[in-house]
Amino acid sequence: MIRTQRLVAGVCALLAALMAGIAFPAGAVADETGANAPQVDLVLDVSGSMRTKDIDGKSRMAAAKQAFNEVLDATPPEVRLGIRTLGANYPGDDRKTGCRDTAQLYPVGPLDRTEAKTAVATLTPTGWTPIGPALLKAADDLGGGTGSKRIVLISDGQDTCAPLDPCEVARDIAAKGIGLTIDTLGLVPDVTLRRQLSCIAEATGGTFTSVERTDQLTDKVNQLVDRAADPVVTPVAASGADACAKAPTLKSGLYTDREAFGEQRWYRVDVRPGRELRAAVSVSADRPVDPSYGVLLRAVTAKGREIVRGEAAGTGRTDVISTGLRYPKAESDDDTAPAEAVCLQVTHSFSAASGVEAGPGLPLELTVDVVDGPSRPADVASFGLGRGWWLLGALILAGFLAGAVRGWLSRWRVAVWRTN
Amino acid sequence: MGTARVLGAALIALGLAAGPAAADSSPSPSASQDGRGPTRAGTSFRTATEIEQGQRATATASTGDYLYWSFPADAGQRPTVRATVKLPGRHAAQTWQLDVYDGLRRRQACQYGAQTRTAAPGASSVELACVLRTVRAWSEPWADDPLPGTYYVRLTAVGLPAADRGLPVGAGVRADSADAGGAAAVDGSLAAPLVPGVAAKSVQDEGGSPDPAVLSSLEPADGWTSGWWSDRWVWTAAGGLLAALAGIGGYALTRGAGRPGRVPPGA
Repeated sequence: MIRTQRLVAGVCALLAALMAGIAFPAGAVADETGANAPQVDLVLDVSGSMRTKDIDGKSRMAAAKQAFNEVLDATPPEVRLGIRTLGANYPGDDRKTGCRDTAQLYPVGPLDRTEAKTAVATLTPTGWTPIGPALLKAADDLGGGTGSKRIVLISDGQDTCAPLDPCEVARDIAAKGIGLTIDTLGLVPDVTLRRQLSCIAEATGGTFTSVERTDQLTDKVNQLVDRAADPVVTPVAASGADACAKAPTLKSGLYTDREAFGEQRWYRVDVRPGRELRAAVSVSADRPVDPSYGVLLRAVTAKGREIVRGEAAGTGRTDVISTGLRYPKAESDDDTAPAEAVCLQVTHSFSAASGVEAGPGLPLELTVDVVDGPSRPADVASFGLGRGWWLLGALILAGFLAGAVRGWLSRWRVAVWRTN
Repeated sequence: MGTARVLGAALIALGLAAGPAAADSSPSPSASQDGRGPTRAGTSFRTATEIEQGQRATATASTGDYLYWSFPADAGQRPTVRATVKLPGRHAAQTWQLDVYDGLRRRQACQYGAQTRTAAPGASSVELACVLRTVRAWSEPWADDPLPGTYYVRLTAVGLPAADRGLPVGAGVRADSADAGGAAAVDGSLAAPLVPGVAAKSVQDEGGSPDPAVLSSLEPADGWTSGWWSDRWVWTAAGGLLAALAGIGGYALTRGAGRPGRVPPGA
């Protein structure tokens, strides 16, 4: 019985695998070769305060220059590296001009080490700290391509160009492009600076590091550049609808979307009989949120009946909340049975902390895999086999009794024969 | 009769020896014992650094970072994840947490182990552990039982004063597993392990595109089990043999000696 089931399952799996080759083009996962090289833009604060001598007895600027030289030497060849400065050129007091002071020192592209080092050597601490405008420009520096994009911001002071909040700028940048991460490094152990820089980092899924020594700075920037060089799967942008009927149909792959507070997002996946749908969703908290939150992923039939759901809830500091579900669709005897359109509904229960902008929506990542269906068990135990001393005892007893009865019967027959 | 007795004794000895030996569930790290793993960590599910069981991954990071690793676990294993965080010299009280997620990014419960721990001000390190449930070969789609596939480890500070943000820390993570043996052998199996991107990967393999980035590529040291072997075969076969021997014994006991040499057919 089990063997037959398995054989049937195997044949179906083979057929399904053949079908999969036709039905699922590899379009949903972008690969990373040639033109899609990883890009890194180093954004360096060259404001007046960088003159302060508090890093290893040298000025912050000298430490940054030394670190940059070492980083430029160690940059992997496939990384397209660029350098942008903020506050490098305008020494005056006019706030308006000072807040536009950001320049591209070395364009993002194949790296010429000598040229880049010469450019870095010319820098002298000068002006204001326009972090927000510099981030916007840096995002423009990183051109097209589907490779990973990373901005590394090195600063020693808070943004001096309010009301443009660099935190919101970072969120908007992340909302525009796919796979852009901003990592921040603070050169001063100051609480307000930490708060601002870690807010920028968390808005894009990046990291914040407080640096107090030159070697720390070098190691961290090197680590970040190397991280950019690691090949990663780039998600494909999808746009979920607010109802099942209007939802886009997804194939196996990795997708990204944005979901506002209190919104629902619907997607559709076609599942043929004998196949299994696996979906995982994670919603990132890219801004300060209230400390209780959750996410719900439901698989619903086209008629609105819930098939299965995945849910998760949490409290406290987090970067992401995630859940997933499996739906094996039963096999059908009819080979021409149509695929079922399964609707996936994603909702989350994050709420923005007070004073935090509600838009754009929170980043959402959806993994969809349609694979062969599992083989259903015919018993709790593997192949219905037994195990343990009770099993042995029962079998021995049964065997002994059967043998004894057979022996007694045989003896009785001999006795009958003798009597006759 | 002599041959049968020797054979019987051997079989009983085999049954007695095989049973407990196979039932033994002593911890056995399934990969290289002293393997030094990667020296970095990912920062999201997508970029999680892959480690093998038995490997110790280390990473330098900053407090406040979310560190991700992933490792493969197969049916019948009960994984244990241990993490050590070396804290900087001066700091306030910090709460660190270790979370384990399965291949569908569902959070997996820890049976035992200090999953969350608060380091006292100035403490030099904090140790965390999480013992997962035994990985099953199959479960109902509505259950969140651990299934064969990729497991994600997330290590982060959940309680952190703003002044302690961004300080350098060293993190180390290691996943080992105990073999639960046939006691955990259930019927049914998944067609593919719970590895994210497994469907896209198989399509890419067919297409032969050059070295594409994948969400997860590691397999257990000896591959994903096909799911048919368990020590239940030994137990059941040994039980059958013992039953046969007991049957012979019972027959010999009740029939007795003295059966005449010439017995008519059918008696």
